[in-house]
Amino acid sequence: MTPGSPTPTKTARLRIWRGTDREHGRYEEFSVAFEDGDSVLDGLVRIRLNDDPGLAVRFSCFNANVCKECTMLIDGNVEYACIAKLHERVIQLDPLPNVPVIRDLVTNTLARKERF
Amino acid sequence: MADDIALESDVLVVGGGGAGMFAAVAAARNGARVILIDKNVVGRGGATIMAQMTCASALGESEPDNPELHLEDTLSAGRGLCNEKLATLLCEGSPKRIRELEGWKVNWARSDDGKINQVKAPGHSRKRCVYVDFLSTGAAICAALRNKTSRDAAIRRLSNVTITDIVVRDGEVAGAVGIDVPTSAPVKIKCSAVILCTGGMTKMFQRTTASNNLAGEGVGLALRSGARVIDIEFLQFYPNGHLAPRMVGLDPTTWEPTRVKLGGRLLNGLGEEFLHRYGEEDGGSYDTARDILTTAIYKEVEAGRGSPHGGVYLSFQHIDEQKLKDALGPVTEIFARNNINLTKQPVEIFPIAHYQMGGVEVGTDMASTLPGLYAAGEIAGGANGANRLSGNALPEALVFGERAGESAAKYAARNKASRWDDKAAQPHLELIRKVSGRNISGTRSPGQLMAEVKALMWGKVGAFRNAADLEAARHRIRAMRQSELDELSIAPEADFNTSVVEWFELRNGLLAAEAVAAAALNRQESRGAHQRDDFPKADERFLANQRLTLEGGEIVSAFKRVGA
Repeated sequence: MTPGSPTPTKTARLRIWRGTDREHGRYEEFSVAFEDGDSVLDGLVRIRLNDDPGLAVRFSCFNANVCKECTMLIDGNVEYACIAKLHERVIQLDPLPNVPVIRDLVTNTLARKERF
Repeated sequence: MADDIALESDVLVVGGGGAGMFAAVAAARNGARVILIDKNVVGRGGATIMAQMTCASALGESEPDNPELHLEDTLSAGRGLCNEKLATLLCEGSPKRIRELEGWKVNWARSDDGKINQVKAPGHSRKRCVYVDFLSTGAAICAALRNKTSRDAAIRRLSNVTITDIVVRDGEVAGAVGIDVPTSAPVKIKCSAVILCTGGMTKMFQRTTASNNLAGEGVGLALRSGARVIDIEFLQFYPNGHLAPRMVGLDPTTWEPTRVKLGGRLLNGLGEEFLHRYGEEDGGSYDTARDILTTAIYKEVEAGRGSPHGGVYLSFQHIDEQKLKDALGPVTEIFARNNINLTKQPVEIFPIAHYQMGGVEVGTDMASTLPGLYAAGEIAGGANGANRLSGNALPEALVFGERAGESAAKYAARNKASRWDDKAAQPHLELIRKVSGRNISGTRSPGQLMAEVKALMWGKVGAFRNAADLEAARHRIRAMRQSELDELSIAPEADFNTSVVEWFELRNGLLAAEAVAAAALNRQESRGAHQRDDFPKADERFLANQRLTLEGGEIVSAFKRVGA
């Protein structure tokens, strides 16, 4: 076994907004195993690995809170998924408001001149 | 599928970290039109922004110092394999770049007398490393360079574009192709020169620093386009990697800067100091070189004296609480949010994948062996030999980035007309269309294959290696690269399809991973960061650099005596 990776024993339920258009989205719920201290981003990465590789999430550093790409609404509050913790309950995830949705939890937060 | 996007520039810079941004600035000030691309966000991804503290520069502010002494330390750490010309360039060039960044509003930490404060990191003979408080060196450099690249009309920055192939025509660079991630549109870029600033391959290992978008693409792109790669078997495992308790919101490299400031005591699972068993001194100071410390920790755990999570303890409990707070500032709050109180508990650490010493073979103009292709920063091989000194990665990014930008701009001025033709780009564009439109379901996803290769690299191509493990890894990676890659499922979505991005990461990353396994197998000795259980000593016959090329899809190796 790899150092530092205990087998998770707790379960969180992530209720995730899916879609490409705010008017026609839907929620999907996933159960995800975790240990105390794990982040919402840990949960999303596990869902992509085990349940749905099509789930769109954006991040480039991992849990270091440096790239700032994983900003989203977590239970209605603007937070970074990489530092918000998982809990044994339903946690609702939505794309950031007031910016264009690209897909699922990915929004266009880039500077205008960095896009075509 | 979205229509192709066609772009044109003199110089294309691939990768928006410290080296890439500096290369863009330097190319622009040498008259080139520049496109600077990052597959994530320019200035926010990669490794530079993760750097918390040490940036080596012989400024001589804290004590007398000069670039010759810095070079001596760099060569000594490199265990005989440094390209001395590149190492000289790094050491001589660093002070100028540090002063330049100061002019661009990087606030280097200063002592009470107003001088830039320099600290002594392991392996340095002088107080030489500059930094920005608190643990913000890389972030401050990136912010300054983001600002600088943003204000230059000659630089076009593009985020969320991933480069999948260099286009080569008649043995020279003609441009590059890639994918616009938000729309999945193929992107064609005509240009005269390409600078690879793609960083290393930490993502290919299970336990790694937090830079999660560095999948060895530079090695893959270079080999595939016909350029030569050097000394790729040397990957640095960062000894003070965070292991437990679970900590988020901070790069797991955080304990080294903390140790540079505060020392800290290393203890095994029995609570004993153990460095003396490996020829080093115990106690509260920190001056063991990275390769030696990594070995000591591995051997202590292997001997059954590890901590509960399989590492060793690092304790700051002997240090006064106020002193801890002064040294760490707001970082103390991040520890608190993770229920870590350094006055009350030790943390557990274990080496993690950190840095690639080898890379694209370049000369002092940063030109690769393929005309028009340049490399800078971590992807440029040679300056650090078999083991990199703490603090040498940032000056390497800055100095080599600047040099590559200038050289590529001059090359582009001499070769104004791009060699682009659609025929040369066609196979690369077809692959993008094929993978994006593949829509296979039911088999493994790229993420699942990536998880397997990360575990494989960690287990068999890590800090301690042997022939059987390396053979097994190489065999498995070849199967992944040559057949399993083509059977992976790709989700059908056009918008922000990360499966497609991961597929292309794997295509280059698997080639990089196989190159490491093959090169490590060929080097039948232990030297610096490359440690073989079956060849535990350095061998004079291997005082040589290993060059790799891709010929007919096969990795070919040749050794060359250092300096020959």
